[in-house]
Amino acid sequence: MACFLVPMGEAIVTTVVQKVVENREKKVGGKRTDNAGLKWSQRLSWLNKLLWGGTILLALEHVWHGEVVPWPPFLTAMENPADVAPMLHEMATFGVAMAITVTFVWAIIVMVAELKAKAMPEAKGNLISGGE
Amino acid sequence: MWLIMTSLAAVITTAIWYVRAPEDKYKLGLLSLIFWGATLMWFVDHVMAYLTEGGEFFEINPDATLLGLSVIILALLVWEIVLLVSDPKGVLKRVLKR
Repeated sequence: MACFLVPMGEAIVTTVVQKVVENREKKVGGKRTDNAGLKWSQRLSWLNKLLWGGTILLALEHVWHGEVVPWPPFLTAMENPADVAPMLHEMATFGVAMAITVTFVWAIIVMVAELKAKAMPEAKGNLISGGE
Repeated sequence: MWLIMTSLAAVITTAIWYVRAPEDKYKLGLLSLIFWGATLMWFVDHVMAYLTEGGEFFEINPDATLLGLSVIILALLVWEIVLLVSDPKGVLKRVLKR
């Protein structure tokens, strides 16, 4: 119904956080935030790409299934008051589960990348450029 | 079906990204993260729907296949727009300078 709105909300928040962190890192002269060689803005950019990518593709699926329309109120579930409660329930269950899973997987990716970077001191600062 | 197709796209894109890593001139890292984000979300959606509502785990029919193709096309489109805007080869700059 509208489960993708929850990861989208998270994506908006993390995008703002990434911009703030980026500015802060620029102010301190682009110094790394820790010894592992990964900047926080870089880590957050991976999460943003996962969240925005998923949100955009899921939005298409919802349009395909007629759950999202290009005219107000945009969500077909909103047209019928009886559908609003199930929609909110779906967002609270499916949507939250999606957001938590993506964030959890991102945390694992960051952890693995940090461990790899720490294991190879010569590779510091030259880690995975894939997300930037 | 769209979950299978997106997963396949994610796996293939990640493999191509890895072959070229650490260089990522063409932003394949972005493309693979787009596919992985959607794959994870649809996986959770499928598992939860299967557990709560039952029925078939994968929807395999022409409509679902067409949706899978559309999803891949949209992801490629987003990636290409980002690629053209960032223009890592400077192609657009050179064309516009002419």
